[in-house]
Amino acid sequence: MSITIVGNSAAAVGAIEAIRAYDADVPIHVITAEGPAIYSRPLISHYVAGDIDRQRLAYRGSSFYEDHGVDTVFHEPVTAIDPEGHTVTTNAGRVVSYDKLLLAVGGSPIVPPMPGLDLEGVTTFASLEDAQAIESLLKQGRARHAVVVGGGMIGIKATDALTKRGIRVTMVELAPRILIRALDDESAAMMTRLFGRAGVRVLTENTVAEIIPDNGHIAGVVLQDGQRLDCDLLVFGIGVRPNVTLARDAGLEVNRGLVVDRGMRTSDPDIYAAGDVAEAYDLVVDLNRTVAIWPNAYRQGAIAGAQMLGQPREDHGGIPMNAIEVAGVPCVAIGSGNAEGASYDVLTRGTAADGSRGQPQYRRLVLEGNRLVGVILVGNISRAGIYTGLIRHRVDISAHRDSLLSDRLSLLSVPEDYRKHVVRGESIEV
Amino acid sequence: MKRIVIHEEYCIGCRLCEVHCLVAHSSSRDIIKAYRNERNTVISRVIVEESGPLSFAMQCRQCQDPRCLEACPSGAMHRDPDTGAVTCDESRCVGCWMCIMVCPAGAVQQSLTQHKVASKCDLCQDAGDPACVAHCPNEALTYEEVL
Repeated sequence: MSITIVGNSAAAVGAIEAIRAYDADVPIHVITAEGPAIYSRPLISHYVAGDIDRQRLAYRGSSFYEDHGVDTVFHEPVTAIDPEGHTVTTNAGRVVSYDKLLLAVGGSPIVPPMPGLDLEGVTTFASLEDAQAIESLLKQGRARHAVVVGGGMIGIKATDALTKRGIRVTMVELAPRILIRALDDESAAMMTRLFGRAGVRVLTENTVAEIIPDNGHIAGVVLQDGQRLDCDLLVFGIGVRPNVTLARDAGLEVNRGLVVDRGMRTSDPDIYAAGDVAEAYDLVVDLNRTVAIWPNAYRQGAIAGAQMLGQPREDHGGIPMNAIEVAGVPCVAIGSGNAEGASYDVLTRGTAADGSRGQPQYRRLVLEGNRLVGVILVGNISRAGIYTGLIRHRVDISAHRDSLLSDRLSLLSVPEDYRKHVVRGESIEV
Repeated sequence: MKRIVIHEEYCIGCRLCEVHCLVAHSSSRDIIKAYRNERNTVISRVIVEESGPLSFAMQCRQCQDPRCLEACPSGAMHRDPDTGAVTCDESRCVGCWMCIMVCPAGAVQQSLTQHKVASKCDLCQDAGDPACVAHCPNEALTYEEVL
């Protein structure tokens, strides 16, 4: 019996730690296109912002693989899987056999095709390489005005980080408002105003149509509406696309992501998938979908790790969620926090800070029948996980609507049975 | 491992647990100095929930399968290899608040220090019994071997 894992981020680490919790001896091979460092992609915005140094990007220590008895192959992307022969092949022609295979290959940043993508100063915002390229331009004082394409989570994090470094940023979003997949109109407007106060220009219903070169470097962009912006840094922060080519070529069932069951198993019984590449069960919408967030990746990896050893651990479903900060104001979006329409009951509280001063406060709860299905918080995010627990456990909260909307959210805001369950701390799984 | 067990029927809401938690996590470890000089930098990691006659002291439940640990992208949230306690290595925390967003007990808080970090119960690892347990006059908190 041997396990091969392709990838070296959250899902891979989750799998390795779970496997070793059950079995100290089973051979584990990790093959990755990247280097030996296990770094944290979500932290690259903190690195670019100057909040942390390079060392603190490390998610696990440099001896992680050694400590966990893992054989490693670095800098070799896997180019083919042979499900029949139970082998994978790398770009260097190396063939590694497996009994169980975990694809934790993540996603790739989406970049619209256009001339000039290879110019200096044009980058995505997904990897250590990206962050170092940006950092080197910033250090040399060669980036003063940036254009960030995308007003979603990645674009927001890139914009906030660059703004903290004193870069003038114009953010361009194709949708009518920023964070359209996470926030409602009100909270998105709050974040937009916060950006405005920080000197960021936010342009919506627009995108970059053309890159203007200048001697191998970017000099500016032309937007869809024809206006020209001078810039020396262009960051694509649109989103990620699951890396499914490898799996599709191997004949596995692929939708948007690599389709997996509750045990993270793909359509091949010996191949598992976890993390950004996986299209796993999402309990908020009661469907499989790809949700590229760290907590899901780690947990899915851990479930796959257990399952590959025949342990019965199952996925009870992920919840899309994210936390961002704009100009020091935190904002949390959990589940279907931005849902609108007749099938939902929406409770809101709070105020946009007027004009130029004050911290905005906002709380939006979305109910479907008697259950909480989504939350948006701006400003006060204290104890937000209480909401996540209610969503996850599908708790009937119909008698607690008012107290849940309170700014002093506590465990006294939830039904007694559920409170006692949490207080006992017996189990977090339903 | 030992965990803190909450007995809400004995809690009178005196908040001595909060006082002694704050002191235990202050730099001075002195009740007067902690309250007079350190209130802007240190918070209690135990929270007394109170409504009318009902009250109980709430801190990290030390989940077997902690959501905070899997959600933490910095590696700060970890299980202590010696004691098994889930604790936050504040020198690695970046204050992304993912742990706050996933903790069903709401037991992780934003710290007050300049360096933004997540603050949670560490079971007072370097002492004997956790301070909240040791100073509860009613045994509304006990420290017991569970599971």
